[in-house]
Amino acid sequence: MDMATFAQVLDSTLRLATPLLFACLAGLISERAGIFDIGLEGKMLAAAFLAAAIAFVSGNVWLGVLAGIAVSVCMSLIHGVASITFRGNQLISGVAINFLAAGITVVIAQRWFQQGGRTPSLTGDARMAPLELPFAEALADVPVLGPVYGIFSGHALLVYVAFLCVPATWFLLFRTRFGLRLRAVGENPAAVDTAGISVIGMRYGAVAICGVLCGLAGAYLSTGLSAGFVKDMSAGRGYIALAAMIFAKWRPWHAMGAVLLFGLLEAVANRFQSIEIMGLALPIQVMQALPYILTVVILAGFVGRAIPPRAGGSPYVKEH
Amino acid sequence: MTATTDQAARQETAAPSVPAIELRGISKAFGSVQANKDISITVQRGTIHGIVGENGAGKSTLMSILYGFYKADSGEVFINGARTEIPDSLAAIRAGIGMVFQHFKLVENFSVLENVILGAEDSALLGPSRKRARGVLKQLAADFELEVDPDTLIENLSVGHQQRVEILKALYREADILILDEPTGVLTPSEADHLFRILRGLKEQGKTIVLITHKLREIMDVTDAVSVMRRGEIVATRPTADTSATELAELMVGRKVLLRVEKTKAQPGDEVLRLDGLRLVDAQGVERLRKIGFSIRAGEILGIAGVAGNGQSELLEVLAGLREAEGQAWLRGEPLPLSGPECNGQARRAARIAHVPEDRHRRGLVLPFHAWENTALGYHHDPRYNPNPWRMDGAAIVADTAAKMERFDVRPPDPQLPAEGFSGGNQQKIVLAREIEYGPDLLLVGQPTRGVDIGAIEFIHQRLIELRDAGAAVLLISVELDEILSLADRILVMFDGRIMGERMADATDARELGLLMAGMEQA
Repeated sequence: MDMATFAQVLDSTLRLATPLLFACLAGLISERAGIFDIGLEGKMLAAAFLAAAIAFVSGNVWLGVLAGIAVSVCMSLIHGVASITFRGNQLISGVAINFLAAGITVVIAQRWFQQGGRTPSLTGDARMAPLELPFAEALADVPVLGPVYGIFSGHALLVYVAFLCVPATWFLLFRTRFGLRLRAVGENPAAVDTAGISVIGMRYGAVAICGVLCGLAGAYLSTGLSAGFVKDMSAGRGYIALAAMIFAKWRPWHAMGAVLLFGLLEAVANRFQSIEIMGLALPIQVMQALPYILTVVILAGFVGRAIPPRAGGSPYVKEH
Repeated sequence: MTATTDQAARQETAAPSVPAIELRGISKAFGSVQANKDISITVQRGTIHGIVGENGAGKSTLMSILYGFYKADSGEVFINGARTEIPDSLAAIRAGIGMVFQHFKLVENFSVLENVILGAEDSALLGPSRKRARGVLKQLAADFELEVDPDTLIENLSVGHQQRVEILKALYREADILILDEPTGVLTPSEADHLFRILRGLKEQGKTIVLITHKLREIMDVTDAVSVMRRGEIVATRPTADTSATELAELMVGRKVLLRVEKTKAQPGDEVLRLDGLRLVDAQGVERLRKIGFSIRAGEILGIAGVAGNGQSELLEVLAGLREAEGQAWLRGEPLPLSGPECNGQARRAARIAHVPEDRHRRGLVLPFHAWENTALGYHHDPRYNPNPWRMDGAAIVADTAAKMERFDVRPPDPQLPAEGFSGGNQQKIVLAREIEYGPDLLLVGQPTRGVDIGAIEFIHQRLIELRDAGAAVLLISVELDEILSLADRILVMFDGRIMGERMADATDARELGLLMAGMEQA
């Protein structure tokens, strides 16, 4: 593999890891507060559709992103009402959101654009423009440093936002009052309640943040990574993000490592249609299945003991 | 610095004659159950005030109202003379009330420091709070014997230290009034003594302490005044110096009770069970039982004392055939399998070993089932219940249950009532009737009176002694040292999966057993 190919693979690793990273951090914050969220996938999909649709109609990608965030937050709040206020089963509520998103996006897209459940292709300002980092041009010809810097340059704004979200999430969780309370509410809500803090308020806060991040993931998917929405375009990324979150044991920096690994696999699968190992040609399907296979392997026990937040999945009922 | 000035200010504003807490006419009903009926109490500033009562007397409900967990249906609360509304915990904290719950409200994988500042942070960023809390904790540790390493995780602390963290949480929030709900249930006697020293120290600093307990000895030891609750009402309030444990017990129950069990000296007969090298490693690889060996003879009650979680529960489960273990056991001289297909509850019952489990809700009863169904559990092969192999005779079981309920004074004596419809004491009587009436050679009984009111305790203790006198061996596991001391003939103390020592009940006392329970070799 030559240098240029290598750089290309790494370059696309960053882009492919971006939606995973947003979704992974979204799930991390929600689950740290004790709300399991299997509905990352659905929220991402809904956000992807509305972001693309609004971007196409308005011609402004950022209006699209806002619309994506809005729909994702709305769905998060539905999950919140079902699982926090009405103490419903969090898995069922999440699955319902996934079904809802998978169906309704295609139906609305077909009715709206009549292109077989997709949005028209986005061009110009309706798509996210690459952002050249300063000095990228000047450094391009410098050996080693140039190509390496080149990998990091030229991505959409949301890619940088995603990676900045990692230290931001870490800081929020471990260095702020909000983070302390959020972690506590996922471990022992009774402790939070007796300290005079609203358990329900904290959990809604976490779920709302989760919605914003999922919205960014979806919007990037349809306006940054691709140019438009197609049916089921989230393609299981919400579940892979959940796997990455467990792999990372609910820690932000580790989450970044995990999604980069998944991103790399996807990038390799995209770049090399077939690979020969010891004279045996692996068909393209094997490569494409790799991230999913890895998910299974990781969840089946590669992680060691992953201890989820102790109050995860259970609604808070006041008792003592 | 702010802490001390605030406190001083608060103390100055309240004249010494104004009571710290005054409740007037508090009532609270849950559905048709009147948990608190027109309760009025006055707790003087700078005193330790005890509230005693049986389970379900309404003590915890009353304190939950004071801490803003429940809203009273009627009545008023005055804190330091001022009428105070307490709609939630935050309001209680603001009014200077701190609460130490029976089940701690701590985040297990947070450090002590994080638990202390949770909810009482100074600003949006944690840094300054951490720094200040560290200083305050150091000061509190020095003032009140409340040493805890601020950076240890809660899950690595002993129960006694966890309780200190709860007290520290309240003091960090500058509580003037501290409510402790059954604080000694999980402590060794020496830890309890330490707690009482802390409470006396707090009292000297002008704090007001409300101690909720059902242990009369503690009330007599540490309180200045005591209120007795029965069926949701305050039946008496007395200065502690003017009352006695006997009087309080009678007030709690509403009739005369025997605090000490009356029994004759044991007449031990043949050996019933012998254990050797009993060893149990759990799924996490932790050794729960470390080479345990002892024997128990007919006609004696062998008590096993120890702080909860030192292997007693596992021992009981192994003997009852619920868990497999290594080692050897002999029942009446015949080998008793400790693993393999022959090790199960049914085989044990066939071998005349009966078992009253520690957790009657999980292991002793099927709560939604009728009393008569619960009575047949484990003994459903009884030929009286099965006239032919194809039919179980429900009516026969119901009749048998009714007879057992009569003999064991179960109230209400209704075999059709689901098990969950009985009080704790009556549930326990249903289990005991089932296990005792088949005349076992060995009765394994765990925490026979946990969550059981005094009247039923008396009854259950008498039944166990009758069983002993009828020639059965009784293995009694209890975390209540008083129960072990008054009921057992011979006592083994367990600590960390080992037998720390053996004592005859009439030649030992709580202090000596307490040291063994804390793992001291030479008591």
